[in-house]
Amino acid sequence: MTALLRATGIRKSFGDKEVLRGVDVSLAQHEVVALIGASGSGKSTLLRCLNLLEPIDDGQIFLGDEDISDPRVNANRVRARFGIVFQSYNLFPHLSVLDNVTLASRVVLRTPRRAAEERALELLDRIGLADKAKEHPDHLSGGQQQRAAIVRAIATDPEVILLDEITSALDPELVGEVLELVRRLSEDGATIMMATHEMAFARDVAHRVLFLDAGRIIEEGPPAEVFGAPREARTREFLARFTA
Amino acid sequence: MTTHQPGAATHDPSALELDRRAYRRGRERRSVLVAIASTLAFAVLVWATVINTPGWASVQQFFFDPEIALQALPKVWDGFLINLQVLAFSVVTVAAFALLIAVLRTLRGPVFFPLRVLAAAYTDLFRGLPFIIVLYLFGFGVPTITGVRISPVLLGVLCVTLTYSAYVAEVIRAGIEAVHPSQRLAARALGLGYVQTLRRVVLPQALRKMTPPLMNDFISMQKDVGLISILGAIDAIAGARSVASLTYNFTPYVVAGILFVLLAIPTIRLTDWYTAKLREREQAGAIL
Repeated sequence: MTALLRATGIRKSFGDKEVLRGVDVSLAQHEVVALIGASGSGKSTLLRCLNLLEPIDDGQIFLGDEDISDPRVNANRVRARFGIVFQSYNLFPHLSVLDNVTLASRVVLRTPRRAAEERALELLDRIGLADKAKEHPDHLSGGQQQRAAIVRAIATDPEVILLDEITSALDPELVGEVLELVRRLSEDGATIMMATHEMAFARDVAHRVLFLDAGRIIEEGPPAEVFGAPREARTREFLARFTA
Repeated sequence: MTTHQPGAATHDPSALELDRRAYRRGRERRSVLVAIASTLAFAVLVWATVINTPGWASVQQFFFDPEIALQALPKVWDGFLINLQVLAFSVVTVAAFALLIAVLRTLRGPVFFPLRVLAAAYTDLFRGLPFIIVLYLFGFGVPTITGVRISPVLLGVLCVTLTYSAYVAEVIRAGIEAVHPSQRLAARALGLGYVQTLRRVVLPQALRKMTPPLMNDFISMQKDVGLISILGAIDAIAGARSVASLTYNFTPYVVAGILFVLLAIPTIRLTDWYTAKLREREQAGAIL
């Protein structure tokens, strides 16, 4: 498998704090990679660096054959090829669910409103939110908002989907519906990199797991290996807290 | 967007990264040059347009006569000091009176209903009333009905306080109400009383939210103290008027205007700076 997304030697500091200290990751087409690690280990920062929301301090990022870390590339055009979902949904509160979902299609891809809405309604229908299309986000439950945010991210058919701890802000009983949607995306062949604390889900859905610790990937492999027989002491320590 | 500042990395950047930084620096240099060039071109264009406009000579003669400006400056400056005096007193009285009204408006409990209504009526009335009417009614009215001669400075402070307290009280009230109710609950849960909660928890947070609009009101106040010339105070504008009528020239007004603008600029810049700082602090946590 050739990598669709490949990053090498990514470094990123905020002020004096080095958040990423030379990270290499790759993501093949149709692959689902789970990024695990403690809070503050750099998971979110890595995802934001990958789609150029945060400028990197060193290293290189390739999407397909293109070096997207080159300052000469148009970052907006690159970001449009990614879909990202945030922990706190970040739906636009002044727009209806439907307008949230169609915004990028209409404004960035210049899809006519009618076509964009047809496609959006189809996607919303598949996840059972079609009846909420005209509602504003504050009338939806957390789980519904997060599912709408996922639909917003995939409405433009991005090549890579980044999920940044998308269930961390949800009530436990709402987590299931959101994860179910991610599972369906992966079954449909989406290419996904997700930062998550849902170990059972990562084990179940991910093809590969990366363990990030203090800005470095210190262990990676198939879920059965990383969760079943972690090689590194740090990984065992981290996982022990979740199974305890 | 701010330019990219590489973090204080403890490693040596790769050749590739150095190359990228050089490229970004080149772009920044180019941006600066383009900005300088476009500013120069624009300035030349404006200058050429202005001096070639028919009537520029008479505009210069009636508005920008350096000799008259020099002649007017001492009088205007002396008057300006009176404006500053009114401003300085008013800041204190407005702050105190506005805080009182704002607190009255936020008092809970049925006993305080009349006070709440009174405070609300006050802010409605004085925010709606044109300042010049306040000046006529109070500035001329009060000395007339009391028969006492009151200095125009004092009357000016009275009028400015009456009007601006209404605006400032609303800003304070909005700031108090913008503090999330959970903060109030947390303070009450610790056993703090109403006033203690207000002073220790609510007001310090409210103050942060209030500062930009308060500074805005302060800027308007700086200009409106110029209106006290109506009351017969020999302030900057009255001083300018006396020279203007002697010379049949508008330059003295320009001089007074420049003084007011110079007074406002530091406050305006300070407001911009503070607002930017607040925004930074509020958004700092949002990206990690």
